[in-house]
Amino acid sequence: MDLDDTPEQAAYRGRVQSWLEEHSSEAPVLEGPQSIKDEAEIIAARRAWQGKLAEAGLAGVTWPAEYGGQGLGPIEQLICNQEISKAKVPGILDAIGVGMLGPTIIAHGADEQKARYLGPMLHGDEVWCQLFSEPAAGSDLAAVQARARLQEDGSWRLSGQKVWTTNAQFASYGLLLARTDSDVPKHKGLTMFIVPMDAAGVTVRGLRQISGEAEFNEVFFDDVALDADAVVGGVGNGWGTALTTLMFERVTIGLGGEALGYNSNRFAKAIASDEHARRDPEVRHQLGEIASELLAVRFTSYRTLTALQKGQIPGPEAGLAKVTIVNGAIKAGDLISDVIGPDALAKDSEWAYMISFLPGLKSAGGTEEILRNTIGERVLGLPPEPRLDKGIPFSELRSKEGAPA
Amino acid sequence: MNLALSDEQEFLREAARGALSRVKTLEAAREALDGNAPLPDLWPMAMEAGWPGLLIDEAHGGAGLDAFDAMLVLGECGRVLASVALLGHLPATAILNDSSGVEKDLMDALASGERRAAYLPVRPPDDLSELWTLDPAHGLGRPSALSAIRDGSANGGSPAAKARVSGQLSFVPDAPGAGVLVGVALLDGQPAGIVIDSSAPEVSIEAVQGYDATRSLGHITLNDAPATVLDAPAESLASAWHLAQALIAAESLGSVETALEVSVAYAKERHTFGRAIGSYQAVKHSLTEVLRQLENGRSLLYYAGWSRHGAPGEFPLAASAARSVSGRALDQAARTMISVHGGIGATWEHDAPLYFRRAQLSRRLLGGTAGATDRVAGELISQA
Repeated sequence: MDLDDTPEQAAYRGRVQSWLEEHSSEAPVLEGPQSIKDEAEIIAARRAWQGKLAEAGLAGVTWPAEYGGQGLGPIEQLICNQEISKAKVPGILDAIGVGMLGPTIIAHGADEQKARYLGPMLHGDEVWCQLFSEPAAGSDLAAVQARARLQEDGSWRLSGQKVWTTNAQFASYGLLLARTDSDVPKHKGLTMFIVPMDAAGVTVRGLRQISGEAEFNEVFFDDVALDADAVVGGVGNGWGTALTTLMFERVTIGLGGEALGYNSNRFAKAIASDEHARRDPEVRHQLGEIASELLAVRFTSYRTLTALQKGQIPGPEAGLAKVTIVNGAIKAGDLISDVIGPDALAKDSEWAYMISFLPGLKSAGGTEEILRNTIGERVLGLPPEPRLDKGIPFSELRSKEGAPA
Repeated sequence: MNLALSDEQEFLREAARGALSRVKTLEAAREALDGNAPLPDLWPMAMEAGWPGLLIDEAHGGAGLDAFDAMLVLGECGRVLASVALLGHLPATAILNDSSGVEKDLMDALASGERRAAYLPVRPPDDLSELWTLDPAHGLGRPSALSAIRDGSANGGSPAAKARVSGQLSFVPDAPGAGVLVGVALLDGQPAGIVIDSSAPEVSIEAVQGYDATRSLGHITLNDAPATVLDAPAESLASAWHLAQALIAAESLGSVETALEVSVAYAKERHTFGRAIGSYQAVKHSLTEVLRQLENGRSLLYYAGWSRHGAPGEFPLAASAARSVSGRALDQAARTMISVHGGIGATWEHDAPLYFRRAQLSRRLLGGTAGATDRVAGELISQA
């Protein structure tokens, strides 16, 4: 057991460091007085920066070399993330594409799809978004209603709505889960598609959150035409393809749980700057409880990496780390704001932003309730909740729920 | 990076589990609580397994292993509430191992287990206080550490300095029956390691029948007790305290594992309203919460076990965080074990009260879980 780099890993870290030292001045400045303010300029600058990281081999570290990656392991990916964070430069813009959707296409896509889409995705030339969740399909993702209908010429027509879509406002493509057959049980009638976001009939609308900012979107599809070759992983295999994406989502969380910035050092710093609070037993007790749990998550991610390195696939228990991070950060936000007072909620306060962001994050990537269900059943082996949807065709299910299929 | 057990560590753990499974520790715990029978003496088993010498260098007759290995053994003890006296013995041996000039016979006897040591817990300074203080035995007041005065007359040709130590300590783990006491006393205002032969007439150890009968504890009174002064550095003296935190954390987490396993098994087989109770979210989510805390604790045990030598500056933080999370996890696990089992879980018909008693007493020993939580804050604040 150790946390040290092997000689090979240390050499890799050294190469990453020296590239970053040489090029960090070219990175876009996103914080402080010198920062870029215009949204479109920020996106353009971050895309260009992703391109440079990709050229240097600092993006898609675990992607196979034939698709432009480095063919390295998760530890090298973590080393890369750590050094980028230490250099205080932004990481890649399209973490969702490169971390989750690209690997899904690599696993399930046709050769033509890999050749066409993976390169531009990796270099930030084409940003991607994930079109899975819907207003009525979140925890129960297999209940998606977005409908793709096969046309006589083999093409498809897509109608429906997706929601919580990060980056949709500037994405070139989306990976979309749609229902293609309502007459079979719900997990069976699904198909995954690649959707050009500039196609006729696609509308993107920002969803403002508590903070006032719109980091997510809703996306509407009104009779959007898709070619036959837009299907990823075969018609009717959408659920299996989606599970691959969700598995890579867990890897992403495992690799970068702290990337959200919810870590014990940051919170302790806020308390330490208050001469009274740093001596107050009650404040210290709360800080100690929050900090020790967040510290645990750091080492849980190292355990996950060790398992990944040995070829094990991360299971649903990764969701526990997310529960710990979100609830810990919520408590930290409350504690720090109690110490600072109403100033904590001032317009440009980092704490006001964090406090506003967290209630939504509690549901992102699976609500706490569905995570605890899944973990209770798949990790602890507890019996499932009785289900009323097993083996029933989706159309019947919908009419039972009192809605048209 | 590699946060997994080595083959040797797997073997150590399996061997410990195997050895402990041959003793009916839970039945013994119940009997002891009733006052019907003393706890079985598991020290001979520990000697046979080589546990007393885990943290003593091979040159001194020990196994030369590190904190994490010791924590694996403590975890197995915690799983079955076995009382093996390692919580007192191991931190004591760690201080002696870091000292030069300790008599070879003593080290050999401690490594083999022929003699047993108990650690005198003295809390090292933190970000708010420079003082070494005794474990607050009665409420929150913190008496200052044991005091020692030099004893020039007793040198008798021995190169080691001698001293006379006075003071009182309460609820010292594994003190009853320990042959030597090892700890920290203030000598000329500075912390110094000390060894005391417990058979001296100036030493009195009063066994305490605790709330948790599986835990051997003693009140110690030292009245000018003759001591040998050790040359272990102050970092080593502080490290022994943090080692004790890491060990009790590992032991607690072992108990959490059993409490969760037993609760999950019951939630699968017990039915109400035509379904297993584990299918209800209220029950499922409370068990998942125990798992969440268990996994957090486990990750911190790795951190603590690694940092004692891998990053000594972080050991106080790592061990305190491990103690804080594991202590709370045991509290949660014991309460959940009772509630999942319904009313019977709160009676002597079930093992749950044994785990509950273990949780209640453990969280108040060795500075308490809350004390460790405070140190986590203090370490982070002073680094900020």
